[in-house]
This record gives sequence, structure tokens and C-alpha cells, in this order.
Amino acid sequence: MLAIGDGIPRWDMPLSIRAPHKLRVPQKIALPTRTMSPTPAPDSRSSYTRVAIGLHWLLAFAIIGSFSVGLYMVDLPLSPQKLRIYSWHKWAGVTIFLFVVLRLGWRLLHRPPELPAAMPAWQRNIAGATHILLYLLMFAVPLSGWLMSSAKGFQTVWFGVLPLPDLLEKDKELGDLLLQLHMLLNFSMAALVFLHIGAALKHHFIDRDDVLTRMIPFLRNTASGDCK
Amino acid sequence: MKYLKAGMILGCALAITAPTVQAIEFNQLQPGKSSLAFVSKQMNVPVEGSFKSFRGKLSFDPAKPAAARAELEIDLASIDAGSKDADDEVASKDWFNTKAFPVAKFVSTSVKPLGGNRYEVAGKMSIKGRTRDLSTPVTVTQQGNSATFEGSLVLMRADYDIGGGVWADFGTVANEVQIKFRLVASASTAAAKKPPSNSSQEKNR
Repeated sequence: MLAIGDGIPRWDMPLSIRAPHKLRVPQKIALPTRTMSPTPAPDSRSSYTRVAIGLHWLLAFAIIGSFSVGLYMVDLPLSPQKLRIYSWHKWAGVTIFLFVVLRLGWRLLHRPPELPAAMPAWQRNIAGATHILLYLLMFAVPLSGWLMSSAKGFQTVWFGVLPLPDLLEKDKELGDLLLQLHMLLNFSMAALVFLHIGAALKHHFIDRDDVLTRMIPFLRNTASGDCK
Repeated sequence: MKYLKAGMILGCALAITAPTVQAIEFNQLQPGKSSLAFVSKQMNVPVEGSFKSFRGKLSFDPAKPAAARAELEIDLASIDAGSKDADDEVASKDWFNTKAFPVAKFVSTSVKPLGGNRYEVAGKMSIKGRTRDLSTPVTVTQQGNSATFEGSLVLMRADYDIGGGVWADFGTVANEVQIKFRLVASASTAAAKKPPSNSSQEKNR
């Protein structure tokens, strides 16, 4: 499926393995490239690992959920319900942060599958930049929330049990500034997520390649006929 | 000379009411140097707050601690409950009902020495039309002409009907509220001008 012109270097390959894919055909040449790479190259490159897929979707739903809850909760009048929702939102943020650490670790140790050979360089670059920014924001958004909470004088206590240290003293102006930052980062991330989803759908329905199905493998059976 | 004269007259007056030689008495509360803070627990997270405006009468003679008195009036509208939202909320009827009950009041009933510079102060606390007995240990630190009275105690907000309605459940805002007070009082000029014996010493100098 990925036979033609598959040798274009990709953004998400470790530099050491950005060798033209075709070189892998004669195995003796390919071997040194593979051993030099920090991670083993899987034989089947048509899908992400199950763990990567699991973490992607877990975080996708958790992030979209927390984002929506965040949008909803800010304008609520003060009530016990609001305090509860704020706490849940913070607990979710801490949890998401930990899963992002796991996910980045996994991502660094496991090569993602190849991008379609037909993808032009500018699209690869945009895809690469989008993924890097999304990773950065997955760290930055919960961090900014934690710092904002400290600056506003409310410590974050994970699930009401584990207190996170307050890195900032209570400071109303700084708290308001961090709220702006938290929102800016969130809306930037939302914009990138829309781009990300739009691109995935474009790949699936217009380009008819495997970019979406390698993250949703069960779609492949139904869509494989179209892909040919 | 004028001051000395006034001091002597005052000293004489004091000597009549209190025949024993009086030591220094701290009785001028310094609100600017004092603080009245509290820590509530919201979703098990400690949240700090304070009252900015309070006044009181205080008299404390280390030589006669049992005669010590304290009276404190707290303007509930001066609360800083951690955020603007919270400040507005706690003024409502469910909380302090600040319009109807603007002031909380503490009046001491007894002071017992606990040894060293620690004392047990008992008294009546009135908030929102409800009066409850309470007692708290107080540590007194003297520095020259002023003394600092410090301590902390736990109030149950439900005892005073603070936070009813939707807030009655302690799962969100705990019943226990820790109060941390630090009151600074100086010895008044009248007390500083010591009774006749002291005044005469001054004269001799």
C-alpha cells in the first residue's frame, strides 16, 4: 500500500532514520540504519501501537471533556456544585498531565507509522508542526491551570488527597494573567485540534489514505476497499 | 511637669481603686498590627481568608492574668474569603447575612494561666444572633511596651448557622473552620505612667 515514493524524510522520524525508505529493500543496507535508530522499527508500519492508539483516544476524550467543562464552569455562580466541578476539572488536568508524560515517553520509544507517500512536503511539515505544538500544549495547558490555581490562592489537591505544591504565592493580578494564558493556550489547542481532525477527515474521505485508519484500525476493514 | 502632674493624679486615682502596685497592663489593641485569619476547607483544600476590620478592648496584666479581659468586635463585611465571588457569597443570608448581622462579637469570661506564657481564654462568641461558649489557648509574647496574643481554635460553622441551604453539606465546605488570631496590644499611656511609687522614682532621677 505504501510502495510508491515512500522515501521522503518525515518530520516524526528520528533524524537517524530519515533515510529514504527504498533503501530498506536491500536488507544489508537497511540493517545498519535500523540498528542505529534508537527504537526498533516495527515490521508492520500501517498502524500505531495499541498503546499509542489507546493513549490517543483516552487523552482525546479527556481533553475535549475537560475543555468543555472548563468553558461551562467559569461563568457559573458560586455554589457547592461549582466548587465540585472546579475540583474535578483540576483533578482531570493533573491526571491528563500524567498520561501525557506516559504518552510522550511511549511516543519517543515507538516510531509512528509512515505518512502516505503521496503527501507533499508542505503537508508533512504542517502535520509535524501541528503534532509538536499539540504535545507542547498538552503539557502547557494543565501546567498553566495549576499555576493559575496557586496564584489565585487555591491549592490543587489531587482527588482531595494528594496536595500539589504551590509554586506561586497568592497574587491576584498574576492569577488573572494566568487565567488569560490558560484560556489562550486552550483556544490555541482547540484550533489545532480542529485542524488535526479536519486533516484526518480529509485524508480519509478525500485522499482515501490510511492516515485515519491507522489510529482507528477497526475502520480499516470497511474502508480498505475504498483505499485501493 | 504637666505630664507628671497628670500622672500623679491618675496614679492616685489608680491607687485608690487598686491598692497593690500595678505592673504593666496591655490594654490598647493595635488593629493595624493585629490580624484575624481563618482557614476553611473547600473540597478538602485549605483556603485562607481574613477579616480586615475589627476592634476591641483588651486588658492584660501578666501579674494578674485572671483579671484579664478581652472583647472583640469583627466587621463581617470586611471579610476576604479568598475571592471576590466568595466575598459576595458569604455576605448572603445562607452565610453571615451581613446586612442583618454585621458584627461578630467575642467577650471573654475567664482567663486561666496554663503555665509559662500560655493562657486558656474562655468566652462567648456571638455570630448571626447565636451565642456559643468557646475557649482557646493563647500565647502571650511581651516586647517592651507591647504584647502579642496569639492562638488558633476551631469553630464549627454549623453552630452559628453559617453556610446553610445548599451549603449545609460539609462535603464541599467543611464544618470546621480554623481561626488564627494575632492581637497586638500596647500598654496605654495611663498605665505606662506608673502608680505613685514609680512616679516618685522618675522624680528622683
